[in-house]
Amino acid sequence: MTAAGASHDAHGHDPQGHDAHDHDPHDGTAYHGTMKHYLMGFVLSVILTAIPFWIIMGDVFRSPVTAAVVVMVFAVAQIFVHMVYFLHMNPRSEGGWNMLAAIFTIVIVVITLSGSMWVMSHLHQNMAPMPAGGHEMAPPPATPVPAKPSHE
Amino acid sequence: MSASVTADIAATDAAMEAPTPGRDFYVRGEHHPENGTLLGFWLYLMSDCLVFAVLFACYGVLGRSYAAGPSGADLFDLKLVAINTGFLLASSITYGFAMLEMQQNHKGTTLFWLFVTGCFGASFLALELYEFWHLIHEGATPQRSAFLSSFFTLVGTHGLHVTFGCVWLVTLMVQVVKHGLIPANRRRLICLSMFWHFLDVVWIGVFTFVYLMGSLA
Repeated sequence: MTAAGASHDAHGHDPQGHDAHDHDPHDGTAYHGTMKHYLMGFVLSVILTAIPFWIIMGDVFRSPVTAAVVVMVFAVAQIFVHMVYFLHMNPRSEGGWNMLAAIFTIVIVVITLSGSMWVMSHLHQNMAPMPAGGHEMAPPPATPVPAKPSHE
Repeated sequence: MSASVTADIAATDAAMEAPTPGRDFYVRGEHHPENGTLLGFWLYLMSDCLVFAVLFACYGVLGRSYAAGPSGADLFDLKLVAINTGFLLASSITYGFAMLEMQQNHKGTTLFWLFVTGCFGASFLALELYEFWHLIHEGATPQRSAFLSSFFTLVGTHGLHVTFGCVWLVTLMVQVVKHGLIPANRRRLICLSMFWHFLDVVWIGVFTFVYLMGSLA
């Protein structure tokens, strides 16, 4: 304490100064990363970013649906890479609560996203049919259609 | 023989049960306050994730409603987005370097890597603002169509997060210069690193879902 206080006066005057020794290793272990870990994550994310951009910018796939699906798979893979290598997620951090909260969030996010898109596209399909090229809704069929033979 | 064994077990059980609750309480009490911040911050990030999920859902629903206006394929400049993605990815790894230096207790190099991170963050913001300015200049304002409203809301919210991340970064750099790598500052730096990497994760969703898939149509 005295040596530390003499060398770093900020520590010495700080009321929490003597806590530093007890808590320092905890901070390190709670969030440890290694150079190898970070570089690995970086290389993986560069690859996982470059490929989707190449797919879209180079028009690699003929069908846009295939391209969209492949790009989304790459995005999910990259999100996992980031969570493991940069956010240091593992099942043991914070006694498992980190993972639990993340899983809960992912479930909610998936429900929100897929649910909204599904419900809204369904509603969209059930809308009154629009005339081709028109931007307004078709007039409601409130007025009875005159029953005369069509001369078109 | 067996009776004595069970008696022994019962005795040890009783001995173990009696004092442990108190001890447990003390051990947990010591651990709790420190981990509490990081777990709490993680929970904040998860709730922020829900904010973005709602905005993504909004964009997913409205993203093809162009109102006879320009579409993503007309507007997006993918080269610009690729450069921006590179900036954010680079800032993530330089923040990682800052954390490694912090673990080694090197104040100077920690500050250096934080500064580099801040530069990348600022470049990202500058490029994004340029893109927005360019879009608005072309008449693709948020009022133009539902697609553009949801686009500006989603990407703008992400940009706002990066802005506040940069403000926080500068604040922490001042703190580290003034007080050094004290435990409080270490904890704050860890929180900001989680925030920063989280923003990069959200950006993966943005460039995939908005820019790449928007350019397909």
